[in-house]
Amino acid sequence: MTATPAAGPPRFAMRGIRKAFGATVALAGVDLSVSEGEICGLIGQNGAGKSTLMSVLSGALQPDAGEMWIGGQPFTPHSPLDARRAGVAMIYQELSLAPHLSVMENIMMGAEPMRFGLLDWARMREMAAEALAALGHTDIPPGAIVGTLSVAAQQIVEIARAIAVGSRVLVLDEPTSSLGRVDVQHLFDLLRHLKAQGHAIVYISHFIEEVKTVADRFIVLRDGRNAGGGDTASATHDDIVALMVGQSVSNLFPRSSRSRGDAILDVNALEPGSASFTLHRGEIFGIAGVLGSGRTHLLRTLFGLEPVRSGRVRVGVYSGVARPHQRWIQGMGLLSEDRKEEGLALTLDVADNVTMSKLSPFGPAGLLFPARQRGAAARWISELAIKCAGPAQKAGELSGGNQQKVAIARLLHHDVDILVLDEPTRGIDVGSKAQIYKLIDALVADAPGHKPRAVLMVSSYLPELLGLCDRIAVMQRGRLGDAVPANSLTEHELLVAVTGGTAA
Amino acid sequence: MTTRSLVERAGTFVGLVLVAIIFGLLVGPQFFAPTNLELMARQMAIVSIAAVGMTIVIVSGGIDLSVGSMIALCTVVIAQLLRMGVSPLFSALGAIATAALCGFVNGVLITQLRVVPFIVTLGTMLIIRGAAKGLGEERRIEAPQTWLNDLLRVTRGEALVPSGIWAVIALSILVALVLRYTRFGRHVFAIGSNERMARLCGVAITRTKIIVYALSAAFVGFAGLLQFSKLSVGDPTVAVGLELDVIAAVIIGGGSLSGGRGTVAGTLIGAAIMTVIQIGCSQKGLANWIQQIVTGCIIVAAVALDRIRSQSGGV
Repeated sequence: MTATPAAGPPRFAMRGIRKAFGATVALAGVDLSVSEGEICGLIGQNGAGKSTLMSVLSGALQPDAGEMWIGGQPFTPHSPLDARRAGVAMIYQELSLAPHLSVMENIMMGAEPMRFGLLDWARMREMAAEALAALGHTDIPPGAIVGTLSVAAQQIVEIARAIAVGSRVLVLDEPTSSLGRVDVQHLFDLLRHLKAQGHAIVYISHFIEEVKTVADRFIVLRDGRNAGGGDTASATHDDIVALMVGQSVSNLFPRSSRSRGDAILDVNALEPGSASFTLHRGEIFGIAGVLGSGRTHLLRTLFGLEPVRSGRVRVGVYSGVARPHQRWIQGMGLLSEDRKEEGLALTLDVADNVTMSKLSPFGPAGLLFPARQRGAAARWISELAIKCAGPAQKAGELSGGNQQKVAIARLLHHDVDILVLDEPTRGIDVGSKAQIYKLIDALVADAPGHKPRAVLMVSSYLPELLGLCDRIAVMQRGRLGDAVPANSLTEHELLVAVTGGTAA
Repeated sequence: MTTRSLVERAGTFVGLVLVAIIFGLLVGPQFFAPTNLELMARQMAIVSIAAVGMTIVIVSGGIDLSVGSMIALCTVVIAQLLRMGVSPLFSALGAIATAALCGFVNGVLITQLRVVPFIVTLGTMLIIRGAAKGLGEERRIEAPQTWLNDLLRVTRGEALVPSGIWAVIALSILVALVLRYTRFGRHVFAIGSNERMARLCGVAITRTKIIVYALSAAFVGFAGLLQFSKLSVGDPTVAVGLELDVIAAVIIGGGSLSGGRGTVAGTLIGAAIMTVIQIGCSQKGLANWIQQIVTGCIIVAAVALDRIRSQSGGV
């Protein structure tokens, strides 16, 4: 059944793709190709360069160097529209459908059949039905409103659109993240069906088992390079993990002497998240898990941004549910994973961003003296070496790394005991990363004169968790596992734990 | 104040100077005579004070379409209270309290029903207008002459600026100070710039928003008082569409409908630009339709220029 790709030229190929953002090299020469009737799996850890590669392929980013071909013709998209016209169809995790329109309108969007200058609805229904039938999904009525369909059915509508507009390369990015087990099986059947029809498919996933199940061939990306690849039939789970991990970079992570103090956060059977753990002063507790595993939701629930369904949370001497305002007062602060949408107010200045959770020191009775506010911000600007024109500069004008430091400075300005850090180094340069690692380590280190703090952190970047944390628990499909001492784990074991158990 | 925000404000100010020069040239030097300037100040007082209130709402990321109706309701309330023999001072306070209550209701509906401010205040715009007509029995309400009729008039000898204008200036300074020098003011900016961040930081979003709408409406109540002073009757059909002038003043003055931006000084300059155009056109003898076309162009140009400016700022 597994048709080995023909010896002919690949349907799609990219060679030597390079892309740098300032000093950060995201892609350092990547090769990828996929032939007719072939499914190629693309695997890599977070930060390995998968999303940048996809942006290049979809035309959203232009590579600094390298070449791409479709059907033997050079392919140089300058925009996502260019790439779509050339026949590259991207199916993202977040589906791009118009939920208020019907299935047929969505499928034929941009290629609506016309008759005498008017929409030809009969023909549209017919063409949409054909596209769905080609996928073996006559169960989806062309007239149904997309928003009323299940996520799995919506995904099929999106794939049908890609097929209907004559796409030559189909790229699926983490397509199973919001699907149930049965739907995943249906999706795999559909992909095999498309493969048999001669479509060329790139399948991106965190989940090694999925790639092994559905793909013919796989390519592993690591640090923006091809780390290896081969036939999925002959490679074991362990082989692939070994390619993903590479050698570790332990010297990046400082480790001062730490001593575990009082229990300061006690979580008992918390739902959602099935979480039970205790966090102590002088300790960094890590939560590992892939995107969509529920780790961010767990942190937000702890912080009072999402409702608690059941279970108990005790923060210091306080117990019971609380809203963010109370959590701050109780000495807990959250660093959001989404710096631009939630972490910072980009149109406000650095001083406002650093001090917003606690403006009370800047004047009596609701008053606020801007000079004092800027003075407080200036202190953190110098302590964290934030590169900016001053406390009055708009946060949106800073680089990613410096924005992140501003967001962290808020927790320090508030002087919280528990720092809840969601992806503290996402999307920032290596230099800033090293500074943030040092800072996190210093927060929990033994120091004369003040009690060490406690850190609860989530990261997709496993070396970071292994390098910084004292204990690590794995979150998978909405459930938090037991905590394990970090020094008893290898990156390999952790990666297996994070990515495993999802074979469809 | 950063150099950046200085430049932003100066941009609007330069616009005002240009518009004034153009009409100065068209109309002649008498355009800048003290009496003419005072005429303009009186003309812009009502829109200005309502726009100062609206600045708070727009900075918080909201909008209030019901201000025109509130002004009409206020004139009716004052007239009815005066007829009932209530003292002028308490009649005025009653009108301001009525407006504040309308704003409070707006704020409660917006935060509790989670309906966007545009829709809620579109509804209350009609509701309040209807209430004004009901209370005024669908006609003008005559009211006894009191000192309330003199707020926009010079009464004592040499004083050039009427008391109502002094009050507008004082209240504007107050709002500018509140926005910059209170925790509430910074919370308003935080909510407007990024509501999710404000929530993360523990800002009491519901309470702050309700205060924003109630406070802003209190300023609209003051605008209603000035409107009554000008009319000397309660008129439930007055100030139809005025909310658009009010919003335009804030936008020309650098306020952003997506929130997080806006200044009282900018808003006042925005109101001044519109007034200069209106008075200039009418003194030049240009028809009303030309005024409207010019004002419309200014609104679009101001926002477009602002966009270009903020893009060149390197965000």
